[in-house]
Amino acid sequence: MAKTIQEINEKIKKGQAVVCTAEEIIDVVKTKGLKRAAAEVDVVTTGTFAPMCSSGAYFNVGHTTPRIKLGGATATLNEVPVYTGLAAVDLFLGATALPEDDPQNKIHPGKFPYGGGHVIEDLVSGKDVKLVAHAYATDCYPRRKLETWIRLEDMNEAVLFDIRNAYQNYNVAVNLSDRVIYTYMGVLQPKMRNATYSTSGQLSPLLNDPLYRTIGMGTRIFLGGGIGYVVGSGTQHNPSVARTDRGVPRVGAGTLAVTGDLKQMHARWLRGASFTGYGVTLAVGIGVPIPILDEETAYYAAVTDADISAQVVDYSEAYPNCIPGNLGEVTYAELKSGSILVNGKKVPTAGLSSCVRAREIANLLKGWIESGSFFLTQPVVLMPSTDSGVRLKPLQDRPIENHCPQSQTPEAGHGPVT
Amino acid sequence: MATKRLVLNFPPHLLDQPVTYQLIKKFDLMVNILRARVTPKEQGRLVVEITGRKKDLEAGLHFVAEVGVSIQPLAQDVLWHEERCIECTACTSICPTGALSVERPAMRVTFKHDKCIACELCVPICPYKAMEIVF
Repeated sequence: MAKTIQEINEKIKKGQAVVCTAEEIIDVVKTKGLKRAAAEVDVVTTGTFAPMCSSGAYFNVGHTTPRIKLGGATATLNEVPVYTGLAAVDLFLGATALPEDDPQNKIHPGKFPYGGGHVIEDLVSGKDVKLVAHAYATDCYPRRKLETWIRLEDMNEAVLFDIRNAYQNYNVAVNLSDRVIYTYMGVLQPKMRNATYSTSGQLSPLLNDPLYRTIGMGTRIFLGGGIGYVVGSGTQHNPSVARTDRGVPRVGAGTLAVTGDLKQMHARWLRGASFTGYGVTLAVGIGVPIPILDEETAYYAAVTDADISAQVVDYSEAYPNCIPGNLGEVTYAELKSGSILVNGKKVPTAGLSSCVRAREIANLLKGWIESGSFFLTQPVVLMPSTDSGVRLKPLQDRPIENHCPQSQTPEAGHGPVT
Repeated sequence: MATKRLVLNFPPHLLDQPVTYQLIKKFDLMVNILRARVTPKEQGRLVVEITGRKKDLEAGLHFVAEVGVSIQPLAQDVLWHEERCIECTACTSICPTGALSVERPAMRVTFKHDKCIACELCVPICPYKAMEIVF
């Protein structure tokens, strides 16, 4: 008997909804069978907490007296540059932005102690951050310089807006070279002495709804400790990849774009992260509720770590140079056991995504739903799925040396002549 | 046999004295130097693992204290900031002694001070600055 989201919300309102985490549903299906599990369970809660680089936040900081036009100006928050190509006092801060004087990798490996992700964490922690801006003056915005402390609560709007989060599956990274390499998958020891992975496996949102039957634009979610919404599929959403017979992608596939009010969020679930030799980013906590509408949604949500496999990829040569192929597939059950076998060699594994925190998110979201403070939403538009033909494209370089647009001569260099 | 992991702080006036040599020669102790920082005219620091008969170990440590070396357990200098740790497990595959390890299947990260040799490998690995070594 199929259920609707409205019916599930009625049960939530009455305090009668049966909610399981994505781990608990596995046992329910095992002991009660799919049919009974689908009938009895109303919602499965998922969770993930991991570095997600395509995260950021926009702010409206309010107008100064006299007014200043930050649009088109240069502005920083705690020395970290923000994007100002917007209206007068709107700013966008990206998680990977670095202070101008950060030495980056000039002395390799760089430490990257502070950046955009850390500013977001500091703001959410309630700390004062330094807003500095240099603008040009106009008749309506005469002020040229601004140096002030500002807090999240002082701002009119502060909104987390992440254009790609919650990757559905990901590579397992190893290093075949004979030197240490510093990557976004962590520090990889030479000659495959360690392997890193980065999803929460059976708890991961999109691995529990692999064909995007319930998650789409408008889905209400746990985001950074507050309530957020799915904007739609994220950048690099790539549904048309190889999948197992239960629909689980064998490589990175779907992604989510998400948004939510930063003022509701908590630093426990938004953490600045420094990757030695690589850069800064933001660890984001996301939990997506999956309505159990029928046996099929229950079947997909009961996915286990043993059903999810990922490809082992060399990050010293193959990944940077886009050389296709991989060193084999391993399951999440193997990855979480502490070691995997790659080309006959036992390699110790480590995660970048916190399973402990993912479980905590799934349980928090479960609590919200059980207590009647969180209701499910019907997505407005579902995300492109396997039949959409949507595919990830690489950038095809088209050298510009001989390209000479009308308004530009090669001698004049780049940029239009004004 | 007993083993202790210690940080020995040498005052500047002792830097030209072969104190470690005495530990080995006089007290029949195995001294494994894990880390050392010795600079002229400054306090020197030695991170050591000392193994020997319990009686010899006690006598040896009494001797170094007598000559003016201050002794502290290594654990005091290695800090795991639990509130900063998100338990991602990134550090655990790199830790050579298993001081940082994972409780499976819960995937909880634990830190056992007595196993740590202060090699500092975990410090640049942790994206959240949860490991700190104070020397």
